[in-house]
Amino acid sequence: MIEFLSLRPTQDGGAGEAAELPAVTLESFAGQSNATAVRIEPGEDARELLPHLDRIALVEVNFPVFGDGRGYSAARILREAGYAGELRAVGDVAVDQLSHMVRCGFDSFTPDKPLDPALVEQALTRFPTRYQKTVDPTVPVWALRHG
Amino acid sequence: MYRYDQYDQAMVDARVAEFRDQTERRLSGQLSEAQFRPLRLMNGLYLQLHAYMLRVAVPYGTLSGRQMHMLAHIARKYDRDYGHFTTRQNIQYNWIKLADAPDILADLASVEMHAIQTSGNCIRNISSDQYAGVAADEVADPRPLSELLRQWSSFHPEFTYLPRKFKIAVISSKTDRAAMRLHDIGIELVKKDDEIGAKVFVGGGMGRTPMIAPEIRDFVPFNEVVSYLEACLRVYNRYGRRDNKYKARIKILVHEMGADEYRRQVEEEFAHMKTLGLDPPVAELERIAAHFAPPPYETGLSDEIDLSDRDFAAWVGSQVAPHKVPGYAIVNISLKPIGGIPGDASSAQIDLIADLAEKYSFDELRVTHAQNIVLAHVKKSDLYAVWKALEEADLGTANLDLISDIIACPGLDYCSLANARSIPVAQKIAKRFSDLDRQKELGELKLKISGCINACGHHHAGNIGILGVDRKGVENYQLLLGGSGAEDVSLGQITGPGFDEDGIVDAVEKATNVYLANRTEGERFVETFRRIGMAPFKEALYG
Repeated sequence: MIEFLSLRPTQDGGAGEAAELPAVTLESFAGQSNATAVRIEPGEDARELLPHLDRIALVEVNFPVFGDGRGYSAARILREAGYAGELRAVGDVAVDQLSHMVRCGFDSFTPDKPLDPALVEQALTRFPTRYQKTVDPTVPVWALRHG
Repeated sequence: MYRYDQYDQAMVDARVAEFRDQTERRLSGQLSEAQFRPLRLMNGLYLQLHAYMLRVAVPYGTLSGRQMHMLAHIARKYDRDYGHFTTRQNIQYNWIKLADAPDILADLASVEMHAIQTSGNCIRNISSDQYAGVAADEVADPRPLSELLRQWSSFHPEFTYLPRKFKIAVISSKTDRAAMRLHDIGIELVKKDDEIGAKVFVGGGMGRTPMIAPEIRDFVPFNEVVSYLEACLRVYNRYGRRDNKYKARIKILVHEMGADEYRRQVEEEFAHMKTLGLDPPVAELERIAAHFAPPPYETGLSDEIDLSDRDFAAWVGSQVAPHKVPGYAIVNISLKPIGGIPGDASSAQIDLIADLAEKYSFDELRVTHAQNIVLAHVKKSDLYAVWKALEEADLGTANLDLISDIIACPGLDYCSLANARSIPVAQKIAKRFSDLDRQKELGELKLKISGCINACGHHHAGNIGILGVDRKGVENYQLLLGGSGAEDVSLGQITGPGFDEDGIVDAVEKATNVYLANRTEGERFVETFRRIGMAPFKEALYG
């Protein structure tokens, strides 16, 4: 079973290791100029991080309950602003949310409950195409239709 | 009509396979009901009082004959031989077995249909005008944009776990047949300097806190609508309330924040969204629009209709609306027989309507938000044959927009949320006013019944609205007057203390008597109410 999942490519092409960085709260991040990892809770404004993206290596986005979808917007906002570091979903994350999370820019996961590798593989490959353009590299259907 | 290409088909096929796996995991015990619940809801499968209910999407209410036949097949094979057409232009089946659900979705996928996002806190099926493409006063056909938005909203990764469900309606006439401003987002297509775009209203809805959506932007160019909606949804997803499910709809956010502040935030987000290349090219809208090209109408047809049969003439007078092409008419099929269940149709009736669509209406039909069916392009010379066939199937009721053309939710007969039954009240009112001449004397009178405060039966928007409540364990019915879901949109006002089941039928009759005694020439019920106010009605009801 998978307790930590990384989709970040490493130099040898294998799965990435967990960045073992202590993530600080968004509130304390502003006052700690040496902090490189930060954790965002639902309701916190991811845009507060935008002036500091060049020094961040890891952003954790917490999902206390899967039904609170604010973290999807937080992730997309960071990627839209060019953040290229690790973006990790933590908390109530199940296989059924994985593909949407990836499409919003998450590339690692620390779920409360371990994930079944076979179901993870299936969830990430189930849909051959997608209708929307987001921040992942998937070419949307409308672009496939019109070259 | 829109037809799937290989991409659309692959998408629904993948969804069927996914749900089949999830259902197997549930049936084998790998998934608990708590874990399975959100997954089944994303596929329109609810657990009701007696059984599972499956809600099938009818995108913008449009169906082909083949699709309609499939709906009949599902009713026959998997349910109790009938289905229920809803106020969101969908169809629901009330007696579904969980083990059958994946097969039903596979059957639907075989005719380019699905149940995706017909439930859950996501963007639901897009609704539209049942006269799309045939109304003389429309700016442009609303269906191409509706289909574009269906695709954009399907499996949207950012907006699948919103604070609450999210409903969008698209219209393109000044006449509003879709209750557009009572949706989370209402879009009216408008023309500005010869360019067509969207006027956008945000924050309408019914439920326990009914609100009419304010206009948030007067014009969004067609090729920026997706970016604009992403902006509207992102502000909602980030700031909509999640502490209380009864305050979680976007109407509460817009109301608490104020329309001006909401607009400001959306504009800021929109300016950003426009830089991301999210909008499909105009060529994509044109590709979709080609599917909705007008059917090959005959020319030189006569507009004469032989009305010598009085019953036929009455039906034509009530159910037939003008079509923009000479020689053609729009036929409204009533699913409101006196004493019947509003919106219900047997599989035989569904098959018959499908046959009529294939034979007389270019193989196309529409579901209306008032729970009726429309054949949009019938030759006037075929009207008599269509009526004869409908009559034989108990579908010939001539009551469009009359007091017995009732919108009603399933109520406590089916629904686990309901406080009171809706169907028996609808039946009793229809029987009280069963004399068609009496109904016609009352004229346009939209009566809408909800069995609880969630307002699925649109009682706030009824000229006469009825709300079922639970009063110390007894079903009780409140009366509302003066609502409208049309272009003269308004919310009904409660008359006063509620009534029991028979009392509410009497109360409705008393209200109609006040109208008859006070109306001026040509004045509709809702207009009389607006002119004379609540007092005379209260006097008649409570003495």
